[in-house]
This record gives sequence, C-alpha cells and structure tokens, in this order.
Amino acid sequence: MPEEVLVEVSNLSKKFCKDLKKSLWYGVKDVVGGTFGKAPSLELRKDEFWALKNINFTLKRGECLGLIGHNGAGKSTLLRILNGLLKPDAGSVTMRGKVGALIELGAGFNPILTGRENIFNNGAVLGFSKQEIDDKLEEIIDFAEIREFIEMPVRNYSSGMRVRLGFAIAAQLEPDILIIDEVLAVGDASFRAKSFNRMVDLSSKTAMIFVTHSMPQAGRICTRGILMKKGLVMKDDEIGNVIQDYLVTQKTRFSNFVGLYKLENFSCSLNKQEINYGEDLSVSLKFKMPPEINKFLIHYSVYDQELRSIYQAFSILTEEVYINKNEIFDINFVIKNLDLINGKYTLNIGFIENDLRGRNICRYDAIEEFVVINAEVNSFSSILKKTVWHNKRILG
Amino acid sequence: MQVRTYTSKNTISFLNLIGDIFKDVYGSFYLAKQLAVRDIKASYRQSILGILWMFVNPITTALVWIFLNNSGTVKITDTGMPYPVFAFTGTLLWSLIIEAINTPAQSTRSGMGMMSKVNFPKEALIISGLFKMIFDTLAKIALLIIFLVMYEIHFTWYLILVPFVMLGSIFFGIVIGLFITPFSLLYSDISRFISLGLRFLMYATPVVYAIPKEESFIRTAMLLNPFTPLLQTMRELVTGQELTMLPYFIGVLAVSLLISLAGLFFYRISIPIIIERS
Repeated sequence: MPEEVLVEVSNLSKKFCKDLKKSLWYGVKDVVGGTFGKAPSLELRKDEFWALKNINFTLKRGECLGLIGHNGAGKSTLLRILNGLLKPDAGSVTMRGKVGALIELGAGFNPILTGRENIFNNGAVLGFSKQEIDDKLEEIIDFAEIREFIEMPVRNYSSGMRVRLGFAIAAQLEPDILIIDEVLAVGDASFRAKSFNRMVDLSSKTAMIFVTHSMPQAGRICTRGILMKKGLVMKDDEIGNVIQDYLVTQKTRFSNFVGLYKLENFSCSLNKQEINYGEDLSVSLKFKMPPEINKFLIHYSVYDQELRSIYQAFSILTEEVYINKNEIFDINFVIKNLDLINGKYTLNIGFIENDLRGRNICRYDAIEEFVVINAEVNSFSSILKKTVWHNKRILG
Repeated sequence: MQVRTYTSKNTISFLNLIGDIFKDVYGSFYLAKQLAVRDIKASYRQSILGILWMFVNPITTALVWIFLNNSGTVKITDTGMPYPVFAFTGTLLWSLIIEAINTPAQSTRSGMGMMSKVNFPKEALIISGLFKMIFDTLAKIALLIIFLVMYEIHFTWYLILVPFVMLGSIFFGIVIGLFITPFSLLYSDISRFISLGLRFLMYATPVVYAIPKEESFIRTAMLLNPFTPLLQTMRELVTGQELTMLPYFIGVLAVSLLISLAGLFFYRISIPIIIERS
C-alpha cells in the first residue's frame, strides 16, 4: 500500500499568549468554556499571536518529511499537535495508525531506580504492555550496550548512557507514523550512527516527520521538506530545494575580530558576490601592518552555513611571506575553481607572525560572504569535487 | 487501523468522550501500576526507616491530642469511646481525605514534564495516585488494628467494613481534587487557599472532638459538613455502635460516584490547555 495517506493536516492554526498572567487567565476561561463545549475563538485576544497559521500537508507511508526552520518557527508546536499533546485552535489533524514519538527519550525514568526497573517505567509510558517489555528486555539492553550497568541507579549513568537506554526502548516501537524531534543529536558518534540507521530502517515502513537543524541528516533521510517561518509554511518541496532555501535565508554571518593587533585601514573585497560553480574567486586585501611585526603570512578559510570549514590555505605554502616595511599592503589572491554546491559561504582572513609556528597577529571572521549558484547537483556535502574518470570499456 | 482526529472542537459528542475515558481508564491500569510502584520504591529506597515513615505522621498527631486530653489542657466532652482511639481514628481518616484531595494535583504536577513530551492516557496519573493512596491505607489499617488491640476495643464483624469506608473517603477526596486540579495547576494560589481552607474545616469536622450535644453554630456546621458522615460512620463501625449518619454517608458516596465522571471529563478537557501553559 504505497499510496496510503497516514497524516492529513488541514488549515491547522494554533495561538499562544506572550504574557504569562494573561495566558493563565485565558487558560481558566478556556477550561471553563471547553467544559461547556465552546470551541476557542478564531480572534486573537490581547497579547496572543499565531504560533501556527493555516498549515496544510499530507504524508504517505514511506515518505519522510523534514520540518526545517529557525528557532521559534513553530516546528515543535506542530509536532506536539500531531502527537496529540496540544489541541489545535482551528483546523484539523488526522493521524491513521499507531503513532510513535521520539520527542523525549527516557520519559518516566526515576533517577534512584535501576536501569532495569526504568526500562519498565519508560516502556509503560510509551504504551508497551508488561508482556511486550519482558519479550524485548534483552534486545533493549543489548542495543543500549549497557548490560554491565543495568542494575545501577540511572542517576549514576552518564548522560550518553541515559540517552542510549532511552533510545533503545523507544526504538522497539513499531509505529505507522513516527515523529522525531532532534533526539539524535546526543550520544557519541558510534551510537548516533547506530540510531540513525535504525531510523532509516523505520523510514521505509512509516510516515515519518523529522525535526532537525542538521541539514546533512535531513538530506540523508528525508524525501520532502517543509520550511517554516513564524508559524507559516514558506515552502513545501523536495528536500534539497527546501534546504537550499533555508540556508540562503539563514543568517550565518557573524563577523568577529580576534587578535593582538588591529590592522590599520584594513579592507577586504571580492571580485563578485555571486559566483558560478567552478569559477575563480578573487579576494583583495588592503591594510597596514603594525611596526612591531617584521614578517608575516596570510591565512584564509571558507565556511559553509553549517559553520564547517570547507577550504583553507596559507600563503607560506606557496612561499609567500610578507616583509613589513611600514607601507600599505595591497594584496590579491585567487581561490581557483570554486567546486562548492549552491549556497552561502563566508570568508575568514587571518595573519600569522613569521611562519606557521608563529603567534596569531589577528583574524577577521566572516569578513566577507558570497553565494555560489548554478551547481548542477546539490547534495549535502558542501563540495562537489571535480573528478577525472578514467574509464576503460571492456567489449564482451 | 486506528484513526485519531484532532480538531478545535472538544468532542464529537459527550457520550463518545465518556466512552474514550472508560477505555483510557481501563487501558492505563498497567501504566498506573507501574508509576505507583516506581514512586513508592523511589520514595523509600533512599531511607533507612523506609516504609516506617508512613506510620510516623498519624501516630504523632494522635499523640499530641492524647497528651492534651490527659493533661487536661483542653476539656473534651465524652466521645463514647477511649479518647486515644477517637483521636487516632479521626486524624487517620482526616489525613487520608486531605491527601486524597491533593493527590490529583500532585500526580499531575509531577507528571507534567512527561505529559508535555509523551502522549499517554492522562488518567493513568490519577489512577496511580489512587494506587499509592491504597498502599498507604493498608499500612494505616495495620496501625489501626494495633491501636484497637492496645485499647481492648471489642472486635465486631463491622470492622470488615472499615477499609471500604476508607476507600470511599479516598474516592470522595479524589473526586473533589479532580475539579480543583486544573485551576491549581494554573494558579499556585489555589492550592494554598485549599490547604488553608481545609485547616479551618478540620475544626468543623469531628476529627479530634465529638459533635457537641447542645444546639450551637458549630453543631449545625458539623452536621452539614459532608466530611462528618465519613468520620462518624468509620468510628461507629470501629466500635460497633449504631450507624447514626448512614443515609448521609451513602448520599455522599452516591453523589461522588456520579460527579466522578464529570470530574474526569473536566480533567481531560483541561489537560491540553494546561500543558500548553506549563
């Protein structure tokens, strides 16, 4: 049944109140009103705002929807409504099948009790029967890799162990609809990989809704994306396009200066702000070095929106060391053949005294930014490497 | 396949909701038991005296009144039974009622973190509160029996009914608590006000002294007070006396049984509104 629609959201809206005192008072009114069957009004009362407004989408089995947006865009509110924790103020949500939610791991854990006892507590909260937990107990302990400490109070677990145990229990759910809110950002690398694989396994059998700020994760697992902003759906499209939109609208340029000396009359400019895939980027620097510095080299690095360093180079590696004779420097360097996917990138410039082992004179973070366009493939590593293929055809 | 629809409207119909409530109450028994066991285990594991603490409160309260009575500080009219037994039964049941009234709010408050993250039948919190109280009650019944033996009260078959009176009282308390819970979770004033009110109400309930024989304001208040028949009936069963307030007692239980459904209905409607604001 590949065409089975499991999640239907239509005209969903939800309002929140900014002011605590008013919020509590509206709460009393809604409790009393609700008891007598009154639906909440569609008007905003004083200090209220729409946390979600007119959300529409459907999701089929086998699809994985990535909810993407800045903090406060309404992603978590939407998840909580889908999970039945909050009531919509307008519109409706229909969920077909068993819903599993990985919003919080280890709900119901009591720190004084042992890991084994808490498996039963958390299992019961997630809706397992005693029989089901008994059957799955060994599998859970093994998946969490925690056998040695299973009789120890959970209080003495490391945070990673707690998360592992929580995930191992939740991973036993066999839902039709799976709701996931950034729970995979914890734990060590090997467990992250393991839990990620478990989710990929599940994703083919379920309709999955996934909130994350990690675009590589979203790109790997999601088939579709929804970009949210201030409670509105800005875009509902194939995941790659949604990620592009998100990254370009996101402010990732946070200029900063660190160092011992500030350079006089420092300026930095690019030949273009918008560059085609594969083109060269030319950077011009103008500055005056303080007289205390005799000899220095220049370093640059390029960052993507995930704040990962993509490119870097040191002038000394191409035998360029600058001698300070108290004059104004006018330096130009060219980054050859930008093999970056579409998106926004920032440039850091640094100065180091003498040689690579010298002290840092100063560094200008995010001094410039540029946008790459016209890359043909936009996968989720930032580099689309130019590669030479040597193919031999063997004729049969 | 199970289909759930969430809309702004509260119910398709009142009857459907009642049906859902019954289903959830029944379906949440295992969870409720698990939560109750968890809390009981956790509260005594880190203590040397452990479960003995359950007996400390009722004994000390009773001791204070026994001391006041024996030393003649307060003059208490004849209660028709040894005063220690009177004071002990009174404080025991009263503390049970107070606890029952506070239980729904307390369980809900402690489950708030869980409720805002995981969807599970909320009724489980109330039922786990009930289970914990029943557990407490068992210990108190044991204590009561020791007391009765000590004061050489003649045992009658009526004694078997005492646990049911206690259970009825807990039920009555929890039903009251259900209606208070949503408000007391929104405003902390409510729970302060309730505990203040209950402290005064104790003096209009035959907890540590009997109902005055002569007409007075306090006598009228005591006879109207719905907690009075609970205490009175329990004492009369303990000492094998004639049941003087039986109709009122049955009335209180019947009414609480009836409004318990409304209480659960009210609780269920208000929880999402409270989660949103917690």
